[in-house]
Amino acid sequence: MYRYDEFDERFVRERVEQFRTQVSRRLDGSLSEDEFKPLRLKNGLYLQLHAYMLRIAVPYGTMSARQLRQLARIAREYDKGYAHFTTRQNLQFNWPKLKDIPAILDLLADVEMHAIQTSGNCIRNTTADQFSGVAADESEDPRPTAELLRQWSSQHPEFVWLPRKFKIAVTGAQHDRAAILVHDIGLKLKRNDAGEPGYELSVGGGLGRTPMIGKIIRDFLPKDELLAYVEAIMRVYNAEGRRDNKFKARVKILVHETGTEEFKARVEAEYAKLDGPTINAPQEEIDRIAAYFAAPDYEDLPATSLTLEQARKSDKGLDRFVAQNGFAHKQPGYIALTISLKPVGGVPGDMSADQMDAFADIADAYSLGELRVTHSQNLVLPYVKQDDVPALYADLKRHGLATANAGLVTDIIACPGLDYCSLATAKSIPIAQEIARTFADEDRQQAIGELPIKISGCINACGHHHVGAIGILGLEKGGRENYQITVGGDATEHAAVGERLGPGIDADDVPGAVEVLVETYLSEKQGAETFIETVRRTGVEPFKASFTGFIEARASAQEAAE
Amino acid sequence: MTIITPAGERKDAYTLIETADEAAPAPARPLVPLTLLGAIETPAAPFGLLVENDADIAEIARHFGAVDLIAVVFPAFADGRGFSLAKRLRREGFEGTLRAKGPLIADQFADALACGFDEVDIPDTMANRQPVQQWLEMKDSMSVHYQTGFGEGQSILQQRIAARRGPDA
Repeated sequence: MYRYDEFDERFVRERVEQFRTQVSRRLDGSLSEDEFKPLRLKNGLYLQLHAYMLRIAVPYGTMSARQLRQLARIAREYDKGYAHFTTRQNLQFNWPKLKDIPAILDLLADVEMHAIQTSGNCIRNTTADQFSGVAADESEDPRPTAELLRQWSSQHPEFVWLPRKFKIAVTGAQHDRAAILVHDIGLKLKRNDAGEPGYELSVGGGLGRTPMIGKIIRDFLPKDELLAYVEAIMRVYNAEGRRDNKFKARVKILVHETGTEEFKARVEAEYAKLDGPTINAPQEEIDRIAAYFAAPDYEDLPATSLTLEQARKSDKGLDRFVAQNGFAHKQPGYIALTISLKPVGGVPGDMSADQMDAFADIADAYSLGELRVTHSQNLVLPYVKQDDVPALYADLKRHGLATANAGLVTDIIACPGLDYCSLATAKSIPIAQEIARTFADEDRQQAIGELPIKISGCINACGHHHVGAIGILGLEKGGRENYQITVGGDATEHAAVGERLGPGIDADDVPGAVEVLVETYLSEKQGAETFIETVRRTGVEPFKASFTGFIEARASAQEAAE
Repeated sequence: MTIITPAGERKDAYTLIETADEAAPAPARPLVPLTLLGAIETPAAPFGLLVENDADIAEIARHFGAVDLIAVVFPAFADGRGFSLAKRLRREGFEGTLRAKGPLIADQFADALACGFDEVDIPDTMANRQPVQQWLEMKDSMSVHYQTGFGEGQSILQQRIAARRGPDA
């Protein structure tokens, strides 16, 4: 993975000192609260419902065991002994004290980490496929691009006071696991007919109150032109994006209101005026960054491990774990493993300091000291030898990290909701926990198969409910929490926004409604179709019908009870 | 109003004209809003031009020959349009003084300079809270930047290559 050189190191250290100055200038009154707020946000510091929250950047979700140990230490010394992984592949501490923040930032800088631009109206952490560099279906590694963008976007003089936040995602695989079409900019690595490297570039995707799928404005952008082209997009957005209404300030609204063709014409006009070579990274620098992501020294191994095959035959739990959480590796004899942070009844994405320490040891022992954070709030061990999986599985089990539900109905994305967030209108985590309990039976989960459920506790959609195969949106209605259910959302290359099934329902009814939708799928399903494939074929009508039936049955049951 | 440059505070040589009446007779160094230019007798060159942050570049550029200062209005410190306008004005060839006018904060000084501004013009209430010393300190709070084409000195990307080539290259 990427390592800081003296310049990166100096940059991050100076940023910590700069923030320390900003805090003291707030305390002595030089900065008003209104002026300090965006400055602290640009350094990842939020004021939540009960306390400050500090969001740490995990660039494109890549982390070392050493970094994870440091995060465990911070969790123990400055928080309540746990941390929370987010849908932006980042990590949050929910209970730090303001006075401790500079000290925490120092500890982060010690392990080449920071909280720069994890919030605020600026370019946020660039995300990428969690299986970057190891996925069998990958044509090109997105991490060098993401790292180049991380550096270029850090404290960009022109683009730190944008109309609204700005998110970029990169993928280099056939199957899009980085949800690029619901990002402000989505980059897909590709080659043109001449075999030259470049990107397919989309703009204007996003979730929030107005979900939009990104529009492709460049079929092919040569790889070495990336920074200049992104600068052109950012300049058009910074100059023309709406600032009169924060809910209409994302670039997706500008693209929508301007029209894709006109927006593209403006970007191209700006791009034509730029002096590309003075902005783009020199090839030498691109190569320097790429060298950090060269494949590790793999051992020559047979494609399948007899050790693992035999162990799977005698251990049903191990077999299920590998089948569900294993991911095809490009190197023979290796496997990538998803480590679920969604145990039934747990808080999605939470990890205790003890688990973090234990997992750092596991990553050192079995995955070359490296791990990944996924946008579905799980972790990945990218470099596991198949031969090692039985021993690794035993270690994971010991620390409560062997839940075999990656991608299943209990692998739920949930925002922090009313338990933490000052914007929330409804609970989110307890809903996820109730659904997980309802489907706790592992055989039943497996029979249902892949089913991404995503829950947001308000219309800002941090839980990505729009792109859940089943999406759940918690609102407040007449002093009660009320949940709207959507079906058919998809964050992959088939990106789609889910469709609402009917009126909102009570929190207590959500697990029952999900069960009804699952039953509908199982009865409509043809062959080996997954839930979302069935919805794509049948449309939402059968689901609407069964949902309506569910609501009517609940209403008459209530009437009878009264 | 207080003018702050990288060399410290300095007096404003320009007089803002807000209405057509104030333009006759024109003061020695008038600062004229772009929106007022058609309505008054064009002052003798050189004069200053005051532009909103969404003003049309081509329209501003027509006056480059007569103008030795352009002041870009920042309606609020968090409205970053002025940074992009400055960048574009420099690209269009404006070589006079570029001024950021509005309630900017000291923490934005380095960015404003990097985008092509030469100075800021802030309300006195702001200058009282954030005296010139803070502006000069915050200007130097970061000694390195990643972006090529912004600010003085080489970007980190350029410095890396220079370091690798060694002092003789």
